[in-house]
Amino acid sequence: MSTLDNTHGTKDNELVVSDGAFVDPGLPEHRSRRADRDPRASRRAELQTVVLFAISVVGTIAMLVLFFAMPDDTSIGGLRGQNLALGLTLGFALLGIGLGAVHWAKTIMSDHEVVEDRHAVESSPEAREAAVAALQAGVEDSGIARRGVLKGAVVSALALFPLALAVPLVAEVGGDWNTNLFRKTLWKKGTRLTRDPDGTPVRAADVTIGSAYHIIPEVSEEERQSPEWITEKAKAVVLLVRLDPKDLNEVEGHEGWTYDGIIAFSKICTHVGCPVALYEQQTHHLLCPCHQSTFDVANGAKVVFGPAKRPLPQLPITVDADGYLVAQDGFDQPIGPSYWERLK
Amino acid sequence: MKALAARRHHRFAPVVLLLLALLITGGLYAALAPSRATADTATADDIQTGQALFKANCATCHGMNAQGEGDTPSLIGVGAAAVNFQVSTGRMPMELNGAQAIAKPAQFTEEQTKQLAAYVASLGPGPSIPTAEQVDPSLGNASKGAEIFRTNCAMCHNAVGAGGALSGGKFAPPLTSTSPTQIYEAMLTGPQSMPVFNDANITSEEKRDVIAYIVAQREGAAGGADLGSVGPVSEGLWAWIIGLGALIGAAVWIGAKSS
Amino acid sequence: MTTTAETDAPTTKAGRAADYLDQRTGIGVVVKEFARKVFPDHWSFLLGEIALYSFVVLILTGIFLTMFFVPSMALTTYHGPVQVMDGQVMSDAFASTLRLSFEVRGGLLMRQIHHWAALVFMASIVTHMMRVFFTGAFRKPRELNWLVGFTLMVLGLLAGFSGYSLPDDVLSGNGLRIADGVVKSIPIIGSYLSYFIFGGEFPGEHIIPRLFTVHVLLIPGLILALVALHLIFVVVHKHTQYPGGGRTDKNVVGFPLFPVYTAKAGGFFFIVFGVLALMGGTMAINNVWNYGPYDPSPVSAGAQPDWYMLFLEGSLRLMPGQTEIVTWGHFTLSLNVLVPAAIVPGLFFMFLAFYPFIEAAVTKDKRPHNVLDRPRNVPVRTALGVAFLADFILLALAGSNDLIATHFNMSINTITWIFRVLFFLLPVMTFWITKRICLGLQRKDRELVLHGHEHGRIVRFANGEYVEVHKPLDAQEQWLRVSYDAHAPLELDAPKFDSRGNKNSAYTSAKRWSRLSRFFYEDRIEPVTPAELAAAHDAHHGEEEHVEAIEERDQPERHLRS
Repeated sequence: MSTLDNTHGTKDNELVVSDGAFVDPGLPEHRSRRADRDPRASRRAELQTVVLFAISVVGTIAMLVLFFAMPDDTSIGGLRGQNLALGLTLGFALLGIGLGAVHWAKTIMSDHEVVEDRHAVESSPEAREAAVAALQAGVEDSGIARRGVLKGAVVSALALFPLALAVPLVAEVGGDWNTNLFRKTLWKKGTRLTRDPDGTPVRAADVTIGSAYHIIPEVSEEERQSPEWITEKAKAVVLLVRLDPKDLNEVEGHEGWTYDGIIAFSKICTHVGCPVALYEQQTHHLLCPCHQSTFDVANGAKVVFGPAKRPLPQLPITVDADGYLVAQDGFDQPIGPSYWERLK
Repeated sequence: MKALAARRHHRFAPVVLLLLALLITGGLYAALAPSRATADTATADDIQTGQALFKANCATCHGMNAQGEGDTPSLIGVGAAAVNFQVSTGRMPMELNGAQAIAKPAQFTEEQTKQLAAYVASLGPGPSIPTAEQVDPSLGNASKGAEIFRTNCAMCHNAVGAGGALSGGKFAPPLTSTSPTQIYEAMLTGPQSMPVFNDANITSEEKRDVIAYIVAQREGAAGGADLGSVGPVSEGLWAWIIGLGALIGAAVWIGAKSS
Repeated sequence: MTTTAETDAPTTKAGRAADYLDQRTGIGVVVKEFARKVFPDHWSFLLGEIALYSFVVLILTGIFLTMFFVPSMALTTYHGPVQVMDGQVMSDAFASTLRLSFEVRGGLLMRQIHHWAALVFMASIVTHMMRVFFTGAFRKPRELNWLVGFTLMVLGLLAGFSGYSLPDDVLSGNGLRIADGVVKSIPIIGSYLSYFIFGGEFPGEHIIPRLFTVHVLLIPGLILALVALHLIFVVVHKHTQYPGGGRTDKNVVGFPLFPVYTAKAGGFFFIVFGVLALMGGTMAINNVWNYGPYDPSPVSAGAQPDWYMLFLEGSLRLMPGQTEIVTWGHFTLSLNVLVPAAIVPGLFFMFLAFYPFIEAAVTKDKRPHNVLDRPRNVPVRTALGVAFLADFILLALAGSNDLIATHFNMSINTITWIFRVLFFLLPVMTFWITKRICLGLQRKDRELVLHGHEHGRIVRFANGEYVEVHKPLDAQEQWLRVSYDAHAPLELDAPKFDSRGNKNSAYTSAKRWSRLSRFFYEDRIEPVTPAELAAAHDAHHGEEEHVEAIEERDQPERHLRS
């Protein structure tokens, strides 16, 4: 707040009124800084600025020394230490310059406000007229006036040629465009259920009540090392759990798809595709961690909360002669998120 | 000799002789019998003390014969491992009945815990407490453990075991201070909401690999302060608070008039 | 610097260099124009600079990263110092990220600075945009620059998303999967668009190299071009300034570019870079070896994108699932995905992009504005901005609902329901509260102008009357509070029926705009007029004289202190 013996602000305490409106009082009076009034303060400010720049120099040298002299250490703690050392020294190398430059500007550089006029953004009427005249002259020179066919030909050619560039780009970028592949997974009749990621088959007897197995279809070791595997796995992952048969309610149309309380569902969420992997043993709920869609395993994995709409597709399973779990067939619908033509 | 001979026909003589025989047999057995694979041998005493502890502390919910009552599950067949886990982490006796058992300071000593475990194990065969070798992280392969943890555990417990939310207020707790034995037992027995990972699903060696991975995470983050290890949300929060906070502070300083 | 003339050869080294250059480029004119260009001085004008400088940091550290990062999804088995990854199969992208972090000295530092800079870049864009919005700097002639800035914000979002997906880890890979799910939900073209992006089914082998091109070439190119345009506009329009004595729509008051802003703004670049370097050195970010290489099977609890995408994440989490419908027999319309991922963000973005034009239409104000508004003087604009921000923050919190659940021991289901309700309720509440606060502040300003500051000094007159002595505002303070425009709502001047009795086609639209204009400006506080001020002074005049007389008598030397 100012005092009445004013060191800033206009002398008058009142705004001037003219023509029934207040008049702009103009810029506030300039308030001098200590460094302007007191030569000792000025020297102190200069010294502070020099120190700040010196800190930067020290930081740079320190960083370079550490960079070359630090021993190699790839343990977690060692890397953390190296990162800290390099980061701190780099930080100071930079901050020194920044703080020094700003301090110099604030304390020593002239702080008298300057007033500059703004010019209107738009061009002057003369310039506009000249521009219009120039364009008109150009149009006249081009001879396009009353040559409708010529105009049409130019426009058509220019409008069409981008297709020649865009079509090859778009067409090739989409691969083979075979979206029917969404319906096919590696699961077929007789495919064994194996553990993810090592591929060992699962015996029904090993799946005790309360277990949750993460399942992939049986494929050869070679297939599992191939680059296409990850794309197939993205449709084929399955979650296998066992409930007490009396807790399990069979889904209409899916009779016989379970084996003695063991039930298998696609692990890909029908919302937008995250793996639905959180199995809550006591509630028999499957929770997807991405958007909290919750599926009830005891009731055909129908949705009980969250943004998903459709239940998880069920994989029909049984056991083979050796007691290993196998699929009876593939899924009866495309797995994962919905898309426009999925029911066709 | 006459005094001793006279006592030979005392009516308590057979009792004394029997007790002596039992003591000698028991003592010889204890000294010479091979120790079982489990770390602790439960003696009949343990089982008895365990039963007394059980009746005093657990039977109100689990029933006098641990057969379960209403929502409270039966403990027949859960094994010593389950009891050791639940009691040593303080989850049992439960503070509040519900789906989530909160870990708290253990209410029983280690010895008492073993006794409770011995009693419950005696009710029916179940998973036993792992040996020290089975849970030694230095014998496990942290990389294999990472693969298994990522597929089976990270979705509830978070990629480095910092814990995560389940539905309805339940949660998977952080693993930062859980002991290797407790980790092993939890996998084996599937406490509360956690699924059961029996040895056919995750073998004993694989469990040790998982323990090695979890313990390796306790070294902290390579990049500096780990900010809770909960991922981009905390990173974003700190970017605003520290990053933008410092820079807006600097901007205010730059714009302010010097004194 | 001197311009050359035949007879006036420069003598100093600098002069000769300048002469050499000028004879070949004509740069003298530019220097004359720019060297002493005036920029107004306020800390809130530096927010855009934070964005600019963090972008420069992103480019510098990004170049470093491109020297080591391999944008390929070919599989490799890792053998290296990261013990929890040893022997695992992963893509080259992930493996090169591990090598870059653990085997290149300073590599982890550069990676972390890069990622922190990205977060700060987006945060500063949002803050800068807020400043521009709340001070009305988007008004004529700056509407186009607002659109340029808006586009920069969207490009920033894309840059961040494409960037953090490059290491091909489980967390960002699940983010890509979600993006694929969202794309698939688009009617008719969704599945084909998914094929277009991934070159086939998800994840395929093409997405990482494609994102690399987008992240390193296409988006930075667009951002650089638009930033240049953004700055050119600032130069052409000159920067806006806050209201105050001596500051008008026809001048700029501030300091010259050279040397003051060269030092302040240049120095600020080093401060931004320095702070980011300190953050990169001390705070771990995106340590992808903890998440693991992308595989469609695993997922981590706490699966969220970077903060600036959280509003989309929250939107997806809050939408109830029953809204997926099957239309026309067998076509699936996934409104449960389209509404949160396309329609809600679409509405948010449209509000931002079109706002300057909406305001121009409800005020019919064609005057160029170079003096900023104080937010309190535009209550509805400020209230709309706060309501928008409240919903944005609410969606970001909804995207973190599982972390809120674990940290505050609540149920995620409860939290989700609370946010579902608040999504609609909160903007209404915050709008109303903010508008009332603005109007209240305006009334307070009027009070101050008419009656001065209350100082708690009580003077008792001989007749027993007590008065509180107010200290009148000085000229600068008064001017600040009386020099704003209180827009009045648009008058409906189009007649409903034309001369022949037919309904005027322009009438309905004019009526709608007039109604909207009333929503904006009906509740307003006019600034104090000279007549009102004179009346107030007259009312107090007698009192003041009496008080002065008492003071002169008791303490003649005493000054009224603040």
